[in-house]
Amino acid sequence: MIPGVDGFIYPNEVELQWGLLVVLYPYITGLVAGAFILASLERVFKVEAVRPTYRLALLTALAFLLVAPLPLQLHLGHPERSLEMYLTPHRSSAMAMFGFVYLWYLMVVLLLEIWLEYRADIVRLAQTTTGWQRLVYKLLTLGSENVSPEARRIDDKVSYIVTVIGIPSAFLLHGYVGFIFGSIKANPWWSSPLMPIVFLFSAMVSGIAAVLALYMAFMKVKKMPLDMGCLDTIAKYLFYTFVIDFSLEMLDLVQRTYEADESFRTLDFMVHTRLWGSQVILQICVGTLLPLALLAANQLWRFSVSRRKAMYLAASLLTMMGIFAMRWNVVIGGQLFSKSFLGYTTYKVGFAAREGLLSAIGLMALPFIIVVVLVKLLPPWAEGKPSENAVG
Amino acid sequence: MDLSRRDIFKIGGKLLLLASAGATLEEILGAAPPSEAYRMADHWWGMIIDIDKCIGCGSCVRACAQENQVPAGFFRTWVERYQVEEGKQPLVDSPNGAMDGFPPSKRTDLKSFFVPKLCNQCASSPCVQVCPVGATFVSPDGVVLVDETYCLGCRYCVQACPYGCRYLHPQKRTVDKCTLCYHRITKGLTTACCENCPTGARQLVDFKNPEDPVHEFLRNNKVEVLKPYMATGAKVYYKDLDGAVR
Repeated sequence: MIPGVDGFIYPNEVELQWGLLVVLYPYITGLVAGAFILASLERVFKVEAVRPTYRLALLTALAFLLVAPLPLQLHLGHPERSLEMYLTPHRSSAMAMFGFVYLWYLMVVLLLEIWLEYRADIVRLAQTTTGWQRLVYKLLTLGSENVSPEARRIDDKVSYIVTVIGIPSAFLLHGYVGFIFGSIKANPWWSSPLMPIVFLFSAMVSGIAAVLALYMAFMKVKKMPLDMGCLDTIAKYLFYTFVIDFSLEMLDLVQRTYEADESFRTLDFMVHTRLWGSQVILQICVGTLLPLALLAANQLWRFSVSRRKAMYLAASLLTMMGIFAMRWNVVIGGQLFSKSFLGYTTYKVGFAAREGLLSAIGLMALPFIIVVVLVKLLPPWAEGKPSENAVG
Repeated sequence: MDLSRRDIFKIGGKLLLLASAGATLEEILGAAPPSEAYRMADHWWGMIIDIDKCIGCGSCVRACAQENQVPAGFFRTWVERYQVEEGKQPLVDSPNGAMDGFPPSKRTDLKSFFVPKLCNQCASSPCVQVCPVGATFVSPDGVVLVDETYCLGCRYCVQACPYGCRYLHPQKRTVDKCTLCYHRITKGLTTACCENCPTGARQLVDFKNPEDPVHEFLRNNKVEVLKPYMATGAKVYYKDLDGAVR
């Protein structure tokens, strides 16, 4: 008997090939896509109420996008060869496209949109600051210091076009990550045409929740008033997106249960045993139903400001945890059962290993550090100027 | 025959070129280059396995491990024992891949048989399809190989293989799998597993060779590949494969 193995598994299946770091990869790219889509609400769909989070959402997306390739890089057996994916991509491979989708999104969409949005501020800061700060802002102007109304009008127009291109790009970025899993016919836990769509909606859910929580945290730290109209609107969008996401996941579950193909007994047993804690308890009950209930309650009843703030914060943190659990259950769950459907293996996360818990914590902390630096460098809010509807 | 100095340099130069080309190929495949007489286009390799002949001795597993320096705990080939009771899930075991054979069965009332497994050398291989850099490929003679100087170690191919034939080599940090003893078959030898099978249960076959016994075998027997619904174009054919086999 091999420790951690129940029943029969193919002998090469004892060790999981994709561990915690590969869980982080869809989680982080999901946060990017979600944050960007929230930003686009204001820009393209003219939802003015979310204006106070527009810039923060863009910076959040950038911070997470910069970190997104790192878990994959650390996971590779030969990280020094990763450039080959750009130089000699294998066209039939879903994974080979990652580099291109990533670069497109980073260079064409996100950096361009942030630069256009901040250009006037950068020019102003380049003129008003001194020392090394001045140098940084001077560099960020990219030599363009024309902020005449005409120039700003052009900026605005280009920025709008970039966002319009950005929305399908954000969909592509995360839908594509879902496809990496959904297209593996050997694995019934992954193989589903719904996978890219489920990934996309869960991405939007996690990204919106992340921006909501970050906005509240930044306002708290900066002792700035929260815009409750903005919070209410984001919470409403979070609720609607979450309902769609949960419905899609349940549709997948119902379909699998009803079809009950040859893999069903194995997967069903796995959900009731090895994945019970992470899927049923953490993902569905604590990470989905509970935040959904909190958000739904706010759609039905009007609570006091302080209660709403507490409920929104709890809902967003639980949501982020729930979506992380979802990524875990997809990636890890898909490798716990044998492709013989006759047995199961176990996954133990290492602690100080290359793909262990410490690396994962470091990688998860990194985007938050980056976002703090970005907020310092490119302030999303005019300090000391509360927007309308603001409350303390 | 009189050889001028020019001739000697010419022959020497050609030999040098051949040797360096061979060395490059050897480096890429981790195997000796095919002999000069070997033409890839003339072959299309596969294997036939006669389940009734397999006695579960594990000779093939040991031979493979020795021939290919397979790291402990991983398998390019292994043998599974199926014990099937009517109306129940089959009992399957493969202790250490059957490296040391099998312990005697406790049940004698069950339908029992052994199934040797290896890479199915699929023609439409899902592992080849997903490799992000094309480090794993189907050779012109039909063998799925990994270029270990190019593999990133992302392990997407391990996920895509429906048969569990691939693993990450713990020292090389690249993906490893059965090469159908490519270094041997291109020299006119058979694979280590086939050579060491005492009952002839596994046989290397060349589908492009009209004289190969495989054609008669396929004509006269009921054969099946593993998981045919995966449509991978597997080229390892099993005679009288039981429906219980996964």
